[in-house]
Amino acid sequence: MLLHAHTATHPYPTLPYPHTSILLKMEYEAVIGLEVHTQLKTRSKIFCSCSTEFGAKPNHNTCPICQGMPGVLPILNKQVVEFGIRTALAMNCTIADYSLFARKNYFYPDLPKAYQISQYELPLAQHGWIEIQVDGISKKIGVTRIHMEEDAGKSIHDENITGSKNYSFIDFNRCGMPLLEIVSEPDMRSPEEAREYLLKLKGILEYLEVSDCNMEEGSLRCDANISVRPKGSTKLGTKTEVKNMNSFKNVQRALEYEMARQIQILEEGGRIVQETCLWDVDQGVTRPMRSKEEAHDYRYFPEPDLVPLVIDKEWIEQIRKSLPELADARTARFISQYGIPEYDARVLTASKFIADYYENTVKLYPNPKVVSNWVMGDILRKLKEHEEADIRTCPITPQHLAGMLKLIEEGTISGKIAKVVFEDMYATGKMPEEIVKEKGLIQISDEKEVAAVVDRIIAANPETVAQYKAGKQKAFGFFVGEVMKATQGKANPQLVNKLLKEKLST
Amino acid sequence: MELCDYTIHELHEMMKRREITSRQITESVLSRIDQVESRIRAYITVLREEALEQAGTIDQKLQKGEIPLTPLTGIPIAVKDLICTRGVLTTCAAKILHNFIPPYDATVIARLKQQNIVMVGKTNLDQFGMGSSTENSYYGITRNPWDLSRVPGGSSGGSAAAVIAGEAIGALGTDTGGSIRQPSSFCSTTGLKPTYGRVSRYGLIAYASSLDQIGPIAKDVTDCAILLNAIAGYDPKDSTSVNLPTPDYTRALVPDITGLKIGIPEEYFIAGMDGEVEEKIWEAVRVLEKLGASSEKVSLPHTEYAVAAYYIIAPAEASSNLARYDGVKYGYRADKYTDLIDMYMTTRSQGFTPEVKRRIMLGTYSLSSGYYDAYYLKAQKVRTLIKRDFEEAFKKYDVLIAPVSPTPAFKIGEKTEDPLQMYLSDIFTIPINLAGVTALSIPCGFTRDGLPIGLQIIGKHFGEETILKVAYAFEQNTEHHKKKPPL
Ligand SMILES: [Zn+2]
Repeated sequence: MLLHAHTATHPYPTLPYPHTSILLKMEYEAVIGLEVHTQLKTRSKIFCSCSTEFGAKPNHNTCPICQGMPGVLPILNKQVVEFGIRTALAMNCTIADYSLFARKNYFYPDLPKAYQISQYELPLAQHGWIEIQVDGISKKIGVTRIHMEEDAGKSIHDENITGSKNYSFIDFNRCGMPLLEIVSEPDMRSPEEAREYLLKLKGILEYLEVSDCNMEEGSLRCDANISVRPKGSTKLGTKTEVKNMNSFKNVQRALEYEMARQIQILEEGGRIVQETCLWDVDQGVTRPMRSKEEAHDYRYFPEPDLVPLVIDKEWIEQIRKSLPELADARTARFISQYGIPEYDARVLTASKFIADYYENTVKLYPNPKVVSNWVMGDILRKLKEHEEADIRTCPITPQHLAGMLKLIEEGTISGKIAKVVFEDMYATGKMPEEIVKEKGLIQISDEKEVAAVVDRIIAANPETVAQYKAGKQKAFGFFVGEVMKATQGKANPQLVNKLLKEKLST
Repeated sequence: MELCDYTIHELHEMMKRREITSRQITESVLSRIDQVESRIRAYITVLREEALEQAGTIDQKLQKGEIPLTPLTGIPIAVKDLICTRGVLTTCAAKILHNFIPPYDATVIARLKQQNIVMVGKTNLDQFGMGSSTENSYYGITRNPWDLSRVPGGSSGGSAAAVIAGEAIGALGTDTGGSIRQPSSFCSTTGLKPTYGRVSRYGLIAYASSLDQIGPIAKDVTDCAILLNAIAGYDPKDSTSVNLPTPDYTRALVPDITGLKIGIPEEYFIAGMDGEVEEKIWEAVRVLEKLGASSEKVSLPHTEYAVAAYYIIAPAEASSNLARYDGVKYGYRADKYTDLIDMYMTTRSQGFTPEVKRRIMLGTYSLSSGYYDAYYLKAQKVRTLIKRDFEEAFKKYDVLIAPVSPTPAFKIGEKTEDPLQMYLSDIFTIPINLAGVTALSIPCGFTRDGLPIGLQIIGKHFGEETILKVAYAFEQNTEHHKKKPPL
């Protein structure tokens, strides 16, 4: 079947981006609220017993219920409610003792019932907050509501798969996957704050182990409402909604773009049109959706196939007691237990898995500050280079890293060689001892051996020796470089310095 | 009298005495179908071969002692074509599901199969249960066995007509606003709408989820109780089914109603009501009084708003329930269309009857933003008031007694042009669904033209035993249920 492709026309003039070339009449701030959808990693779907396993063959994890066949009925998965309560408690929300499911009605081929079971009036939880840090200052961002809902299926328009542009395929595996929608208050004042909020939110979900939070795989999705206003004003401007931002980086980029676009319109005396836009990753611009696509009246009404959800206070308390240590508590513990600076502690605990990684490494190599430097530096840089890769699948495990740090401490390798070992570990997953042995990277700390090389270099460069002796201090660096080159970087740097100083001064 | 004219419990006794086999009953039913079905058209699908084979297998297994002889074992039963039957076409009398074969059984079907019934076929109905005459079907009009120029009522008209004509021994119907009771009244069968939540809706193709219930349509009260025994009870597949123990309803069948307090809702005796119907209802009340009951008038003050509230709530739910018939995954899809939206529109325009489309539009409208509070929400509030009316009345009375329908069976075509007139034929049955209580229709006489009239006995939530008991007492002292249509 032929589905509508999203081919909105380009309505905006190309804008200078980033927004630097225009001298603004006044200073602006953004007002941003985020709507986050996160997929819960329960064993089965929200209203049937189908598996939630990712990557199954198309339409493999389906049954009459999640395929919306005639006559079937939904049954609420208790684990979804439990995960919802965990999340809501960690975000300081009030859990509703009585909440309702509702039908959100709209036609789309990958929505087989033509309605999504969601919550509308009386959601699971309301009135919470998440604390973020921006430029070292703490700020609470309000969480308006958290509700449970089912995901839709997936339409596949790729001609390479369907074999014709006249057809689309539908995979219902995702249909009925449990989602939490977490809606924030419009409390963020910059795209950077929005990114911080999102990272903090992701961190919480990871700590709770309720979601994989993988934006690229779609287990964490984010839409934003954004408006701008003169800084200091309390009046709200006209907002637009931005969708399709499928990575943390893109959330910030899209909001920066949209903010700049709105400011330009205001600066030129124009008016913002309230509309829904899609972020175009390739072009780096936002585009409005066609009005047809957004003109939905979802006709919400209470889902008659499900009874109201009544949550027992005791159950909430039981879940509250079972909550794990969350980021803020772990930050405090890292500061006191490991004696590392608050900044380090915050960076390391932002993600549960990075914090776990750090602690596991410190257990094997008990020098907390050195480990912190390596994790925050080389490890996180490496993950970022690989598009925010998951530290749990990093080829350099805590065993690798601790092993390498021990080799440095013992003087087996230099800090410089360590960088080589590090890259190799990342590429091959081999243990550092093995790499050092294989590549003969053991540091040369034998004074006679190094002295012989130093002598050879001095003898081969009489002119430079003369220059050095005449006061050209820079020449010293030349000799160090030559010695290191001659030893493939393996000479102990302290020893090289010492010997060169001795021999050049005679 | 042929075997197909007997009741379930009579046939069961004969089977127990090994006088007859399931195959003999089934053959009798099928031969009755051969004789009369071309005139009545009660069925959408007759499972001739399957039924004979099933009956044969059941007989063999009974003989070897492999299965117990329960009250329903080997009995040919018909099923309204709104209930999913695994591997058997289930159309809802709609073009849009003309080719739908469910890969699952409704819970009620699974429960009947546990008792080793013989499924004779799937009966005609008003499309998706929307109608009161079984004229609104893609598969033609079902005729009333008492007068072929008249409707059998609806929407479970096929089931009621089949049972009274001997084309099935018993049947399942569904009741959203009167769809079991009104055809029972028109065809002289005994039909019961259980309390909402008493019978699982899993596999019942939804018309209005908060009102729909499956129930039995039978030749007498005992058969009704036997069928209810089989289908009632909590089902983990239906969140709205109630987890309460299910009594043995046949144990309630004691013809003793001494001291019974009957309430007669005065709002159910309206101007324009057929005089003969009213007369028979009062006659029935006098029979019950003679048996030791007392009666007095009671007011259910919000009755007059029931039809209006129903025609907001039921279409609202229907508009959403029927949205899944979009031509994408199963059922009918238009041959020609230009794009997705056009495919949806053409498929749905061609796949539904005008009455179904009318209700989808009504429901879509009342749920639309800006109208929701004025219509849907207000209707829900009215519903609460109606429910309270009944709760108040049942504080004083054991049962309420009322007509099922203001008129006996009307002529085919008489009301098809006037939807409002059609809607009003459910005026006495709709409030029961809105309140979620239980009620049954039992034959209480005939008009001078020989058309059946039904008596409605209404009970409180989970009051099935009481209404069955009252009905049984009435039946034991009357002969109306024994009368057969002249075919
Ligand atoms: Zn499923």
